Amino acid sequence: MNTSQRIKQKGRSDTLKVDYLARVEGEGSLFVKIKDNRVVDAKFKIFEPPRFFEAFLRGRNYYEAPDITARICGICPIAYQMSSAQAMENAFGVKVEGPLRELRRLIYCGEWIQSHALHVYMLHAPDFLGYESVIHMAKDYGEVVKQALQLKKIGNELMQLVGGRDIHPINVAVGGFYYIPPRERFLAMADKLKWARDAAVEMVKLTAGFKFPDLEREYEFVALHHPAEYAIAEGRLVSTSGLDIDINEYENYFEEVHVEHSNALQSVMKGRGAYKVGPLARYNLNFKQLPPSCKRLAKELGFLPPVKNPFKSIVVRSLETLFACEEALRIIGNLELPEAPRVELRVRAGTGYGCTEAPRGICWHKYTVDEKGIIRFARIVPPTSQNQKTMEEDLREYVQKHLDLPKERLTWECEQALRNYDPCISCATHFLKLEIEWE
Amino acid sequence: MKQTKKPRIAVWKFASCDGCQLSLLDCEDELLDIVGAVEIAYFPEASRAFGKGPYDISLVEGSITTPHDAERIHQVRRLSKVLITIGACATAGGIQALRNFAEVEKYIPMVYASPQYIETLKKSTPINEHVFVDFELRGCPINKYQLLEVFNAYLNGRKPNVPPHSVCLECKLNGNACVMVAHGTPCLGPVTQAGCGALCPAYNRGCYGCFGPKETPNPTAMGEWLSQMGMSEEDIVRSFRTFNAYAEAFRRESETLEYR
Ligand code: SF4
Ligand code: SF4
Ligand code: SF4
Repeated sequence: MNTSQRIKQKGRSDTLKVDYLARVEGEGSLFVKIKDNRVVDAKFKIFEPPRFFEAFLRGRNYYEAPDITARICGICPIAYQMSSAQAMENAFGVKVEGPLRELRRLIYCGEWIQSHALHVYMLHAPDFLGYESVIHMAKDYGEVVKQALQLKKIGNELMQLVGGRDIHPINVAVGGFYYIPPRERFLAMADKLKWARDAAVEMVKLTAGFKFPDLEREYEFVALHHPAEYAIAEGRLVSTSGLDIDINEYENYFEEVHVEHSNALQSVMKGRGAYKVGPLARYNLNFKQLPPSCKRLAKELGFLPPVKNPFKSIVVRSLETLFACEEALRIIGNLELPEAPRVELRVRAGTGYGCTEAPRGICWHKYTVDEKGIIRFARIVPPTSQNQKTMEEDLREYVQKHLDLPKERLTWECEQALRNYDPCISCATHFLKLEIEWE
Repeated sequence: MKQTKKPRIAVWKFASCDGCQLSLLDCEDELLDIVGAVEIAYFPEASRAFGKGPYDISLVEGSITTPHDAERIHQVRRLSKVLITIGACATAGGIQALRNFAEVEKYIPMVYASPQYIETLKKSTPINEHVFVDFELRGCPINKYQLLEVFNAYLNGRKPNVPPHSVCLECKLNGNACVMVAHGTPCLGPVTQAGCGALCPAYNRGCYGCFGPKETPNPTAMGEWLSQMGMSEEDIVRSFRTFNAYAEAFRRESETLEYR
């Protein structure tokens, strides 16, 4: 391809195509069609094979749901474990509170730290710094990459401590945990987390200095909100346009629609259209609840909400990493170990809902179980499928605005625009309709 | 592999959750050394640079579930001197192989509103049903230290040291109290291959078999044992049908119980 080739020529038609979108978890491709200097089509296609989780969950025991749904995504297993456990607890009419709830928040902080560190440094920063990958980047930014790996490792260690291992933890149960590790093991994390907190401050400063492609959009942001804390594993669903509902009302307000240009089913808010979940949504809706260190740093660097440029999500992810380190330190600092590893459950027939903030945004679950606790129905809405429509709209607008860029540059920036969402395609596909076009 | 040039590595994904390839990025302390010793020529999850084959070692994650993937795996084999499968999806078909015990036609409308667009095979199958595999590394997910061992072994032309014995032996080596004996908690440890370090028993729960069957297991005796502990036949079938449901030994036992 001729790198100086410009798309913007009178009456010119062209196609931008990336067949294998790299540095996202899963397999996807993007497709933008330009006719007479106008973007006529923008598709983010997913060709990840379907795995049918909602189907084979039927007929399984309720207590298997956290282990099974974890396997939807190796990068955010806790999101699936927590949402499914919460849904089962909801069906049985119990709430997990006190020290058990704090430990759940702690393991979730671990997932946010490792997932954000992975995405910010290893998958997204190379775009801003002009490298093909973190491996290429390491040659010039050796110290940064070393620090990134350490930070990610500390997130993983937190997951290993509470969960037994970092990929598909074995210790998350409906009602709590199987086992509570001894106090010393928690206390041993404190110094590492203090180091991680300092590293996260540097991460924020580094990313805040990047050059951000120019794009600002009026999104409707949707996130969980909790009156007492920066919501992670519990809250009501709120939006920047005034939505404020219980998680069990989700289906009354959100639906999947068939969109002609992409032939795909995408989540939209009924009567309102595309919306956006994830770090920017949480940040813009719940900024007040961040610890003073995050707020100060945001102010100092000029990143106070609302942040509407999707490329700036990399800074917000870094700020959330700092939050997660602070929060983990707070929990360990006030550590109270629960008397029993989990609350007692009385199995009964019913329907339950769960919704928690995966690193990429809300992960919503609904299950119906029978009187023996056997799952009869399951529905899971992961974050990426909710953002898919917004991702395509970003793409459309971005390309339209930058038609004068060299084709190769523009193609890369389109990839980068999708990587703003840290799209976790493995998660999205068991729900999205696939349009498979093999060449 | 004796050569002056750095060995070229590729990482491939089929139907999976990405957890096993993430294990490679999870080698935080070793990653920079690995990158120094080999050339990561193809690893789409981590790099937008796509280096052309052939490759000295291919790591393959995921199972075969679509007609296209059934062809793609042959290309991967042709491009690879050594092909190593990583994880339960690639070695046994993974959790998505639960469809193999049902009718996938019935599954599709449970998940997708426009079933006409779904292209999928009736079964989810392991890589070795399609091409020759040089080495299979078990686990859902794999253990990253075992991955490093396999890597090292192939780079140095020796056999990987990955023991085929049971999780029980790891329990004994760690001095774990046996959850079956101590609390009457059902545990698949006796029939499950080691590799995780007997993680679940150390966290006070029974092994659920995520590393798949050990060498020459006795799942029938295991099933009887579970039944004596008061587990229903349906639950015993379910416990053999998780992440390694389609692995020969587990599959046979669950089918025998089901059709009895
Ligand atoms: S074996 Fe398990 S961890 Fe590995 S890719 Fe498959 S589902 Fe993920
Ligand atoms: S706890 Fe399980 S794996 Fe460990 S010795 Fe007992 S039966 Fe074997
Ligand atoms: S004890 Fe069994 S289920 Fe648990 S991690 Fe090890 S192999 Fe997997």
